[in-house]
Amino acid sequence: MTILVIAEHDNLSLKAATLNTVAAAVKIGGEIDVLVAGTDCGAAASEAAQLQGVARVKVADAAHYAAQTAENLGALIVANAAGYSHILAPATTCGKNLLPRVAALLDVAQISEITGVESADTFVRPIYAGNALATVRSADPVKVITVRTTAFDPVATGGSAAIENISATADCGLSQLQSRELTKSERPELGAAKVIVSGGRGLGSGDNFHQLLEPLADKLGAALGASRAAVDAGFVPNDYQVGQTGKIVAPQLYIAVGISGAIQHLAGMKDSKVIVAINKDPDAPIFQVADYGLVADLFETVPQLVEAVG
Amino acid sequence: MLGRLSNSTSEIIETTEKEMFVKILVPVKRVIDYNVKVRVKADGTGVDLANVKMSMNPFDEIAVEEAVRLREAGSATEVIAVSCGLAACQETLRTAMAIGADRGILVESDADLQPLAVAKLLKALCDREQPQLVICGKQAIDDDANQTAQMLAALTGWSQATFASKVVIADGKANVTREIDGGLETLQVALPAVISADLRLNEPRYATLPNIMKAKKKPLDTVTPADLGVDVAPRLATVKVSEPSGRSAGIKVADVAELVNKLRNEAKVI
Repeated sequence: MTILVIAEHDNLSLKAATLNTVAAAVKIGGEIDVLVAGTDCGAAASEAAQLQGVARVKVADAAHYAAQTAENLGALIVANAAGYSHILAPATTCGKNLLPRVAALLDVAQISEITGVESADTFVRPIYAGNALATVRSADPVKVITVRTTAFDPVATGGSAAIENISATADCGLSQLQSRELTKSERPELGAAKVIVSGGRGLGSGDNFHQLLEPLADKLGAALGASRAAVDAGFVPNDYQVGQTGKIVAPQLYIAVGISGAIQHLAGMKDSKVIVAINKDPDAPIFQVADYGLVADLFETVPQLVEAVG
Repeated sequence: MLGRLSNSTSEIIETTEKEMFVKILVPVKRVIDYNVKVRVKADGTGVDLANVKMSMNPFDEIAVEEAVRLREAGSATEVIAVSCGLAACQETLRTAMAIGADRGILVESDADLQPLAVAKLLKALCDREQPQLVICGKQAIDDDANQTAQMLAALTGWSQATFASKVVIADGKANVTREIDGGLETLQVALPAVISADLRLNEPRYATLPNIMKAKKKPLDTVTPADLGVDVAPRLATVKVSEPSGRSAGIKVADVAELVNKLRNEAKVI
């Protein structure tokens, strides 16, 4: 068995999600290759070569891989798929955009967001917003899989895989990246943070969200997250959203402030190690999953908490 | 230089003409209602769907709304809703037509239709109907697969723009703003294309009673996978479905001091 892991990177460095995905590949077992496709992506490829468990890093460097479009990356992966028993990518927006296209081109099923590996052909994945777990077995010759990163601990570094250049496929010319507005932040990434401070509709406004939660996040070195309600109300941008269709997180500590706890939100954070909920409504469903619940007015409590942890 | 100029002029004329006839296909799925508490069956074969309220997948409602808005704005001429599954999916198609879809197509099958099979059925319908745009919901809230739009784009060889929060059609192209992990990006895709709708693309309207009545009279065709020549045999076998290990409620703390004390000394996370 040989497994191909599609690296997620920004050309200069690997995204942490790649390390979790390689960990899932290690669990499946067999030789592991990592594909780094990008533009001037040598630095990311060298990082990939240091991951434990990786045998080879294949690098496809071309201008038309800069935007990481599913059309161009899909064509590249399919052209290089021969000989692989599994093709894995992290279940990030990038991996979810790409792998179903690859699977359909190979005429095989795609298995979304696995959280467990039972054997080389059998995997566990959450369905119905995590309210049920399905164990599925694939009869396809190639298993094309996205990996829920929070379910697999990242592999260590210190390896020294061979780096090999492969030829780029032609530019499909189907789509063009016009612009990208990435949220700039000094804080840790939501997916990789040890502590997350997350706010909901209870904050009342974007100004309150930032004024109350940022000092707490600063003190704890935390990432900031939000419920769908807070994003829909325009308090914070979409990339803050934690939940069934947003980001799935599992930090050591998740502090939910003014979040009622709809099942779609719980689906995104209930695997956190410790959950704290602050909400003035004692019947809010968030308290049913919280290790420590504080029924109180968040406008008084959060500043006190900032003082107390300082 | 002159040659290039005249080339691009003829291209513009061609795309403007095409734009007059933008037909949009919108696949809609019948799923367990958003508000229903899901229960795993005791025998571990699936979740209990007996006597449970079923509705249109919320993301598909957003997709229908977007297609109808594009038609209302003059960017499209016809909106066709498609559903694959049991005869009961006719209700879902009627809902789509009550929002404003012009007609419906049911691909009737009682098989376990997995995303690859649905994408193949939709590909066959695209061959028949020749839409310039397909708008799907980004994922269904039952299997949470998030695959069908991308697979359809692969099978048709069209461009794809997933997780859309804004769609603008102009000059035979679609400018689509996508929700990605780090923020937003805008892609320009050539038509025909497949778009998948994210939550913030729009807020679907409520179907009014007159529109619900009108929807009952709109055309609804039924075909089968065999009519379309598609093999829908499932590729994945479900070995079992189980309940996730539950998380039980912890304790209520009285104040911030007690909370910080617990986090420091009991949970040891700060």
